[in-house]
Formats: sequence, structure tokens, C-alpha cells
Amino acid sequence: MKLVLTEEEQFLKDTAKNFAEERCPISHFRSLRDNNDPNLWDKDIWKEMTSLGWPGILIPEEYGGSNFGITGISVILEECAKTLTPSPLFATGVLGAFSITNFGNDDQKQDYLPKISSGDLTTGLAVDESSHHNPADTEMVAKKEGKKFILNGKKTFVIDGASADLLIVLARTSGNKGESSGLTLFLIDSNDTGIEKIKLDMADSRNYANINFNNVEVSAKNILGDEETGGETIENILDIGRIAIASEMLGNAEAAFETTLDYLKQRKQFGVLIGSFQALQHRAAEMFCELELTKSSVMAAMKAADEGSNELQRLSSLSKTMAGETLYLVSNEAVQMHGGIGVTDEYDIGFFLKRARVAEQIFGSAKFHTERYANISGF
Amino acid sequence: MNNLEKFRKETKNWLDKNCPPSMRSGADPDIPIDEVWGGRNAEYKNPESKLWLDRMGAKGWTMPTVPKEYGGGGLTKEEIKVLNEELFLIGAKQPLLSFGIWMLAPVLLEYGTEEQKKEHLPKILKGEIRWCQGYSEPGSGSDLASLSTKAEDIGDKFLVNGQKVWTSYADKADWIFALVRTGAKEPKHDGISFLLIDMDTKGVSTKPITLISGKSPFCETFFDNVEVPKKNLIGELNAGWTIAKKLLQHERAFISNFGLAGAVAGAGSGRDVVSIAKKHLGEENGKIKNSFYRTEIASHKIKEHAFGLTLKRAGDEGGKASATASMFKLYGTEHNKKRHELMVGASGVDGVAWDGDEFDQNDKNLTRAWLRTKGNSIEGGTSEVQLNVISKRVLNLPSQ
Repeated sequence: MKLVLTEEEQFLKDTAKNFAEERCPISHFRSLRDNNDPNLWDKDIWKEMTSLGWPGILIPEEYGGSNFGITGISVILEECAKTLTPSPLFATGVLGAFSITNFGNDDQKQDYLPKISSGDLTTGLAVDESSHHNPADTEMVAKKEGKKFILNGKKTFVIDGASADLLIVLARTSGNKGESSGLTLFLIDSNDTGIEKIKLDMADSRNYANINFNNVEVSAKNILGDEETGGETIENILDIGRIAIASEMLGNAEAAFETTLDYLKQRKQFGVLIGSFQALQHRAAEMFCELELTKSSVMAAMKAADEGSNELQRLSSLSKTMAGETLYLVSNEAVQMHGGIGVTDEYDIGFFLKRARVAEQIFGSAKFHTERYANISGF
Repeated sequence: MNNLEKFRKETKNWLDKNCPPSMRSGADPDIPIDEVWGGRNAEYKNPESKLWLDRMGAKGWTMPTVPKEYGGGGLTKEEIKVLNEELFLIGAKQPLLSFGIWMLAPVLLEYGTEEQKKEHLPKILKGEIRWCQGYSEPGSGSDLASLSTKAEDIGDKFLVNGQKVWTSYADKADWIFALVRTGAKEPKHDGISFLLIDMDTKGVSTKPITLISGKSPFCETFFDNVEVPKKNLIGELNAGWTIAKKLLQHERAFISNFGLAGAVAGAGSGRDVVSIAKKHLGEENGKIKNSFYRTEIASHKIKEHAFGLTLKRAGDEGGKASATASMFKLYGTEHNKKRHELMVGASGVDGVAWDGDEFDQNDKNLTRAWLRTKGNSIEGGTSEVQLNVISKRVLNLPSQ
């Protein structure tokens, strides 16, 4: 495994960097927030992303995708995160595309993948049911009745849940809360009878929902993968999601750091640039080191995903932990080093802090993944 | 068969015939292990240590990157990779530990004259001459460029007077590479030269320094009217600071590997932090029983993993010694200190054993090793100096 980008991956990254800087600078995100946009992402930007082929990066060519791999989409997310660009790319282009490509049957692939590639269908992954990530704690019941299932329960913190067309839902077909066996994944149209979406207002002003399922009828044909194997399947999907979100968090941290570094080179106090103070220099240098370690961790995890390495789980937890801890450090230091303007709404740096703490909760915090890393490693 | 495959086959055969049994994995544990540093006065407990050094030295494989005309292996990058893989496969012991190889040889190759390269490189690579480093002085630690050991021009020679400190193994070394003042004190960087001095010269003396670990790997080195031929000057007169900085990058690159190499060597031997914690604190379902230690150790291992990947990434990117060497030096040494603190803490009372029969030899060794790590973040430039270098040279933050 070589920890460098291929030429193709580097090209995707450069394209994404230009796109984010030109088409959706941070002012784009700010206007979506200020205008209370119902989706909190922009349909025209999504169309442009689609014309660049991004939603289909994990989808095979026969279904309209380009099959460029986890590294390819992750570096795009990293660049878009630098300008805090909101889009369905994570929930649809990573979670939806990966789930159906890898675990869908032929009919499901035919039904959904071309529409994901063309940007006409967005997805949401409904896993958690409480304030902390833990798939094994699933209580939502899917009761078998002949050739269909009846779903009852509540899902929380579904990314893009307020707008997603198709939901990928983890439910319990047997067993009890706390067990990772007895779980099954379902593909469900979000407009089906009995589904109630409650849009959430979160600190990072992005699209999330809690979703209630009241006697929702789902055909057995809509099972993703096999019945009762959802526990394993979801871990695989989540590991890919964790790597992609870690890459996004790395992008957040890099941008917050660069912005802060620029500020240290412009802001004068006591007649000198504040970047000449050793008290700030050493903290900046420490952040630089943590960022380098995070880059390597994310790089190794992306490459492991593309190469089908048996280290995937451990590297996924490593990357989410490193990204979480580094972004925590950098987002706090960025605000502090900006002084008074750092805590104003008018200035952008606070957006990174808010995004940091929400992203930290996505698919397991650094603490969750430190524990998981220790379990996998035999500590 | 392509050339590389042919090289692999030849290497395998050569190692098979020439790497003595006690120098590879599976060696008889009763045969004493030498730390081989070479030099005029080298002593060997195991004659095969000497044999292995001589054979590898003759091949130039102690430093395979160096061209053959200077006694090196003259191998390509790909061939070196193959050589390392084959050495790893048989668990071959490193034939020679050498400041000459790690620090001096790279700058000789870059700044030395043809004559200097031909004179010194072969002896370094064969382990015939053991080198030490004369940088720090009692009054010049972190502010190294303020050094005052003087080299006066007396016609065909320099006359050297002054004192160096923290010279590793100066009492065992044959030659020293030293920074000396040949020009004005101000600007301090512009009056420094890089000089090679034979330790046998009249007026050179050394005195070991006992450290908090009870051991004496360092010395004070004194120069009292020492006459040094002018041909021993490396680079231009008063241009030594550039060479000094370059050498420090090589030094930092190799110190930063200590922690990780130690962690890798420890794993599986029972002397790694996880095994120690399980042994002293107990184990439950494969987990370290004490959850506070477990959390701290897990966080530490995560950082170690990420650091290892960063060294690998730097290699994959084709990185040479550069300002990021400061990052590796900083992180590697701080990590090594933390690893030893965790091992000492997890060992409880045994982790602070000093001497006597009541304690296990491994525990006593750990105490000394832990104390020795405190020097890691000081030698080769303190952690604070590394942070300064990163701030200025990587992040381009302004000076006051």
C-alpha cells in the first residue's frame, strides 16, 4: 500500500478544489443558512457536481458511474469541506452508492444506481436511535408478516434525512437491544405511508432529521443484502462512511488551520504581527504535526478501503479518531487565536467549530473509535 | 530473469553463505550480543560480530547508497529495497552502529572534496574509524551558533582551543567532527567552520558525564592547543553553519526513528506497553483490566500508528531530509518519552526498581531506559527548538 494519491485521484482533488473555491466559497454556505433553505444544500450546485460525475464515483460504469473508488470520493469531500460546501455527496454519493453497489441485488441496482449517478435520487442512512452512535442498540422492530415486514420505531440524526428520497434503514428482525445479530437493512421510499420526517435544527446548519416509522409496510424484496445479516453489512457501510467523513473533517481542519495561519501573519498587536509570538508559534507548530498525522491516517484508511485490506476496520477507527481529535484541537485554537472576531457570527471561523462538533458525532466519536481500536487490537 | 530478480537471488545466496548464525534470528540465546560501533579499539564478546561487520563492510552494504569508489555498495534504490527485504527475512542484525554513517557520511558526500571522501568514507563504512560529534558547548546548547571553541589560523594548521559537551561516546571515538569558530562572534552564524579532528592528537582529552540513569554515554571533550591540518576543513572557511544544519537534519531524522523502532522491537518480546500493562494490572477478556490505563494506552497506540504511517508516507512521497525532519524529531522523541512513562507507570513499584536481586533485570533495565529517554527531547535540538524550526521554516511565521 503506497500512501500517495494516484494521478487520477490527484486530478479529482484538484478539480474539486477549484470547484469549491470558485462555485461554493463559504459565502455560499452562509447564504443557505441565512435564507433558511429547506434542504440546506443547493440544487444547482448538486447538478453541477452531478455533471462532474461525483455522485457516481463509487458506482460501476454499467450503472452510469465511474468506479473511481473510496479515495477518489474522499479527496473530493476533503476539498469541499474546506469551504464548508453542503451537498448530498456524503449521504448519497458515499453511503447510498456504496450500500447498493455492494449489497444490492440486480433489481435494486437497476432501480437505484442509475438515478444516483444522474443526481435524480438522494439517499439517507437511518441507523441510530439515541444521542450516541451504536448500531447494536437498534430497537426499531421489523415484524415479518408473510412476504412483507411492518416497521415501528424512531430513527435519530439521519444525515440529509429531511430531503432524502430513499432511506436505508437498520431494523431488528429478531433478538434484543445490544445484540449485533438479528438486524436487517431495508430500502424504503421516504414518502411511504407511516413515515414522519422531523427536520432537525443543528449547530452546523445542515440537513438532518429524526424519522418516525408508524406501521410502515415494506416488501421482503426491499431487504438490502440478506435477512438477519444487517449487523455485518452495516459495519462495512459505516466503515466506508467513517473514512469519508474523516476525510471531510481533515478538510475542515486544514482550512481552519490555514485561515488561522493567515490571520497570525496579518494581525498586529503591540506593534508587531501576533504570529511572531512564540506562545502562538509553538501551538501552530503542534497543530501542523497533528494535521500531518491525520493526513497519513486518512490516506491509509482510504487506500485500505480501495485495496480490500483486512486492516480496514482498524484503520477506519484510526482515521475517525485522529480526524476527530485534530479537528477538536484546531477548531478550538482557531477561534482562540482569532481573538474577539473569532466569536462573532460575522466571521467564518466559528462555522468550523460548529461543524466540527456535529461531525464528531457522525458514526462514532473519537472516544467510541478509540475503544473500538483497542478492542480490534487486543488491548 | 530481470536484473532485480537476479540481484535478489545473488543477495540471498551471499547472505546464506556470509551471515553468521549468531547474527540472524533463531540465534543461540547464550551467545553474547555485541553493540557493534567499530573503531580502532573495538572489542568483541562474540567473534562473529566482527566477522559480520567485516563482510558487510567489504561489500559496502553498511551504507549501500554510497558509490563504490568510496567504499559503498553503489546500489540503486530498488536494489537497496531488495537487500533490506532479504536482511529482514533472515532477521539479520545490523552490522554497524555509526554516527559516521548516520550523520557525517551524508555531509561528506555533499560538501567534501574528492580527497576527503576517498580518505574518510571507506573507513567509516568498514567500521575502522569510530566518529563522535562535537557540537554543543557548556555555554551553547539550544543557541548552538553562539559556540566559542576557537580554531586559529597558524599558517599551515589550525590551533584549536575550547570545550565541547554532550559528545556521545567521545571516550571511545577515534575522530570527532566539530564546529569551531574561525571568524567573528557577530553575526554568529557567519564565523563557524566544520572541522575533522583526530582524537589521538596531542591536547585532546575527554571526561565521561554520569546521567540520571546512572550511565555515561556522553562526555565532555577538551581541546588544549590542538594542532589540526588545514586539509581537515570541510567546505569553505566560515561556511560551516550550512553544513551543521544539514547534518542536524540527518541526525534528527535518525533520532526520530528511535521511538518507533523501540516500539516495534518491544512488541512480541513482552517488553511493550500492552504486555507490561496486562502483566502488572491484569487482563480480562483479552483487555487491560484497569480502564484508566487502557484508555491512555489505546490513545498512545493510536498516535504511534498514525506516526508510523506518517514516516511511511514521507518515504512514499520520496521525502528527503528537510524541515519536516524537525516534526519527526519532535514527535518521535516525545512519543518515546510517553511510551516509557506508560511502561513505568503500568509496572507499578517494579517500574522504579534501581538495583539488587529483589527485582527482575528487565524491570531494572526499564527504569534506566526511562530515565535515558528524558535526554531524547533535548539532544539534537530540544523539542522547543524543533517547534521554532517548524514555525519559521514550514509555516513561515514571522520573526520578532
